[in-house]
Amino acid sequence: MNNITFYFSLVFSGILIKNVLLSQFLGICPFLGVSKKTSSAIGMGISVTVVLVLASMVSYAFYYLVQVPFHLEFLRTISFIIIIASIVQLIEVLMKKYMRSMYESLGVYLPLITTNCAVLGIAIININNGYDFLGSILYALGSGLGFLLVIVLFSAIREKLELMDIPKAFKGLPIALITAAFMSLAFIGFGGIL
Amino acid sequence: MLETLIIFLILGLLLGAILAFASVKFHVETDPKLEEIIEALPGANCGACGFPGCSGCGKAIFDGKAPVNSCPVGGSATATVIAGIMGIEANSDQKPLVARVKCNGADNAKAIYEYSGAKSCLLAKNSFSGMKLCDFGCFGLGTCAVSCPFDAIEMINGLPKVNAKKCTACGVCVKACPQFLMELIPQDQKVLVNCNNTDKAKNAMSACKVACIKCKKCEKACNFDAIHVGSVAVIDYAKCTNCRACAEVCPTHAILVYEKNNIVKVVAEAEEKSSCSGCSANCER
Repeated sequence: MNNITFYFSLVFSGILIKNVLLSQFLGICPFLGVSKKTSSAIGMGISVTVVLVLASMVSYAFYYLVQVPFHLEFLRTISFIIIIASIVQLIEVLMKKYMRSMYESLGVYLPLITTNCAVLGIAIININNGYDFLGSILYALGSGLGFLLVIVLFSAIREKLELMDIPKAFKGLPIALITAAFMSLAFIGFGGIL
Repeated sequence: MLETLIIFLILGLLLGAILAFASVKFHVETDPKLEEIIEALPGANCGACGFPGCSGCGKAIFDGKAPVNSCPVGGSATATVIAGIMGIEANSDQKPLVARVKCNGADNAKAIYEYSGAKSCLLAKNSFSGMKLCDFGCFGLGTCAVSCPFDAIEMINGLPKVNAKKCTACGVCVKACPQFLMELIPQDQKVLVNCNNTDKAKNAMSACKVACIKCKKCEKACNFDAIHVGSVAVIDYAKCTNCRACAEVCPTHAILVYEKNNIVKVVAEAEEKSSCSGCSANCER
């Protein structure tokens, strides 16, 4: 019973409390770059979620099966980067074959996930916090869903902002960054829940 | 140390092998022609062709769903290259085009109220057909300038000005303007009707100082049968020789001449003082 509560809290904290974008400030590049349209934001959010879960699974296995026995913990970062890049490549090849329409609609955003530091960040946080295998997967899943939630909300706000009469100096990125700051403040409110 | 090297060598080889295996096993057959066509397109992804980006357009051309000259930006040069790849002959007698604005309203057109809403021509149009008394003119809010993927339109004194050097005649602004004021014309066309007002002379005149009042003076002045006044004066660019006869006689200066990307008002010497005689031509009684 205690375990179930723990796993549930991992997913929940990934989505809201330790939100990868608004509380940990990881993966800001796609957050600002791919949030102009809600449709592409949804695609980006889903693909980041998939990559996050897969990457945390593989990096967890690699860390505890190879690096710890051979005392190679110091090479954690570089090996995780290689693993993540390979996974994204593999997903791209598979998507091209089996989900052609999805592949075409995501376009350039798919390889962009390679450089998304949220993926590397979550993999390292999983190890640092000593989560077990299931915990890692669930935390990655929660973080991915949190990423999806925030990027979709943000893109909806930005779509509305396009039509607003904003002072010239604030147009475009400045107002987007201010909006992101307010969203981040709002998400701090979730901090006391758990 | 040696262990580190070996383990990372194995990791690299393993991942490389998996990726190599995947790219062979899950290889998707693509025709090299398709890649070549996409390569030949400008790559601006402006969407002027109506397909999602240049790769979408290239695919449509490859599938035969779109003609080889689908790309309005690349023009005949691109069409010829693509036609070469596809092995067919391009229909390349198309003259290079440029976008221009069919309105010279700005301060000449009377405003009926002050618009302070969002800077969107579409929203302005939905607010009682815009803030101008003339229902056909430019609102000056710059939806065309924002839409231009090549940054070729600038708003100067409440009117969009097309930079002919930057303009690629992609036609995005033509679709963006809710007043249908943007038009693609041959690049060498100098004389243009700068009005889209199809109202009767009296209404047009009271709405805007530089409106076309349908007096048909231009029609009479033209020796080449190139300008006709229907609901508004329209120049047949195929017949027009840019002789400026129409611009000289136009009483309201609705017909203007473009020189080096700037509008020049052409006034015949004798016309300078004489008054407008549009009313005699338009009098209904």
